Amino acid sequence: MAALLEVRNLSTTFGTTAGVVRAVDGVSWDVEEGETVALVGESGCGKSVSALSVMRLVAEPAGRIESGEIIYKGRDLLKLREDEMRSVRGREIGMIFQEPMTSLNPVLSIGRQLTEGLEIHMGMKPPEARARAIELLGMVGIPDPRRRLAQYPHHFSGGMRQRMMIAMALACNPSLILADEPTTALDVTIQAQILELMRDLARRLGVAMLIITHNLGVVARYADRVNVMYAGRIIEQASAGELYANPRHPYTLGLLRSVPRLDEPRRARLNPIDGQPPDLTRLPAGCAFSPRCAYRVDRCGAAAPPLERVGDAHTSACWESERLIKELAA
Amino acid sequence: MSTAAALPGQRPHAASEPQALLEVQNLVKHFPVGGGVLSGPAGMVRAIDGVSFSIRRGETLGLVGESGCGKTTTGRCILQLERPTSGRILFDGIDLCTLEGAALRKMRRRMQVIFQDPYSSLNPRMTIGQIIAEPLKVHGIIADEAGRTARVRELLEQVGLLGQHAQRYPHQLSGGQRQRVGIARALAMEPALIVCDEPVSALDVSIQAQIINLLEDLQNRLGLTYLFIAHDLSVVRHISDRVIVMYLGKIAEVADRASLYADPVHPYTRALLSAVPIPDPKLEARRERTVLRGEVPSALNPPGGCVFHPRCPIAEARCSAETPQLREIRPGHWGACHLA
Repeated sequence: MAALLEVRNLSTTFGTTAGVVRAVDGVSWDVEEGETVALVGESGCGKSVSALSVMRLVAEPAGRIESGEIIYKGRDLLKLREDEMRSVRGREIGMIFQEPMTSLNPVLSIGRQLTEGLEIHMGMKPPEARARAIELLGMVGIPDPRRRLAQYPHHFSGGMRQRMMIAMALACNPSLILADEPTTALDVTIQAQILELMRDLARRLGVAMLIITHNLGVVARYADRVNVMYAGRIIEQASAGELYANPRHPYTLGLLRSVPRLDEPRRARLNPIDGQPPDLTRLPAGCAFSPRCAYRVDRCGAAAPPLERVGDAHTSACWESERLIKELAA
Repeated sequence: MSTAAALPGQRPHAASEPQALLEVQNLVKHFPVGGGVLSGPAGMVRAIDGVSFSIRRGETLGLVGESGCGKTTTGRCILQLERPTSGRILFDGIDLCTLEGAALRKMRRRMQVIFQDPYSSLNPRMTIGQIIAEPLKVHGIIADEAGRTARVRELLEQVGLLGQHAQRYPHQLSGGQRQRVGIARALAMEPALIVCDEPVSALDVSIQAQIINLLEDLQNRLGLTYLFIAHDLSVVRHISDRVIVMYLGKIAEVADRASLYADPVHPYTRALLSAVPIPDPKLEARRERTVLRGEVPSALNPPGGCVFHPRCPIAEARCSAETPQLREIRPGHWGACHLA
């Protein structure tokens, strides 16, 4: 099956006073029609910048997409003119951000924020756009949508705002939605509501989703395939089932072992990953994870390992992945 | 239902314990909102509405709930950063709410706090050394500078940092290191109780475990007592000896860790637990999930009867009429639900 979106060797850099930061450093991943793919990692790993690069929303001039290809439905988005790109954003590809309050316009009514895109992208007349806006609000579970159209974002709770963001993302029947930490700012019970809603809608409407998150539990429940990022690179790729059952990179393994889990007996002590997250302006030579890695050998400090096949549709970037596999099997 | 539970002043699940370091009795905190200067407040946010519990010496009491449930305000009332509307807070038998001035300051040294965001709680213009030394100076604990410098070094090492970190500024440290500084500053006063308000929720996953292990080590070494306020139920289970679940200013359930997680009696606790995704796709696929309907109502106008009834999957007619009292469902396990 052809990929809906294929990112190849993408590199995005930022110029800072401390030097050039390679926020995304030669990553490749794809999303097929209708599936949900996750980009997982901790702050600064490049997961959000990856999504912003797809939309070509990296803040210039500090930020720059240095190289790579972003093939969406056969076209390289990096080669499109700005006006062509505008018809991709919001129409072909929808977006949901972490903090709905900062991504909604506080001085525009809910109705206007929904109908604006419909009128611009879909060429709808105001009454038609209004009817569609009511339909969308109903679809995302906002009660009394007709009355809600006249309200403003500050009238909505955090959960309702995120529902509103989902309605906006779905408005023009996109094929793909990029969701950047869509539930991180929400309470646990609301988080569950929103994630279930997103999954149900994605399945029903056949929309593909890229979920960006640091939450391994969210990934386990909602993603088909997973890309784990560290310091701007993808260090492991696999289906969700495979990744959790057979992690093949010491970082993934470390992350999975460091979180306390409700389904397991309580441990006397947690197993953290040692050390600090990397400073992107001063990355170590070789593998960026090596200073914190329990499997480190001399070679790790000399050269960064490439992503290599370690199983069925499973890749890992680690010189010592064979040793890791043997140890886990023992 | 035990009738004693309904009597004001009684602390059903916290019946006076000799080993209690802190006792909270019928704590109420209402915040006035709106209205004009002359007309008085337009309404009252009932942030905490009659909460009682005790913390035993050396234990970690977990306090969980969603935003607006009153868990942070409870912590702030204990620290006397907010003066309660009514109720008593006994620290070592002394009611903090009656203290003022020097007497209160003296008690405050024995209670410290660690905040969620280690960046906004550290002064960006002060070095780490100055930040940690300041309370030692202000409270006159160590009068000479050389003595303070030595103590700062000792504190930094105690929280896993190096002496040389004293010369750095907060922005030069990572989030995890900053949280270690926050902990060192709290330890400087040699407190008996530390209120930890979401101490790891702003940190990266790989760093959270480091900080939790550190808090546990310090507790073992220094005999500290923790009130651990958090929304992450997995973390709270790991660190707490007992757990309180709050909802809209009231206690929904209190129990020992094992009992609460293995066999929760309140439907809200059950829903909270089922909402936590587990990092295992196979398990998630066959896991049943209670997704609560609706959202947390406003504390400005909480629902009558049981405050949870509009969202409760098992609510009956009586739940909207009668407020359930916290009662002992099993030995040591208390719940505020008619149907438990």
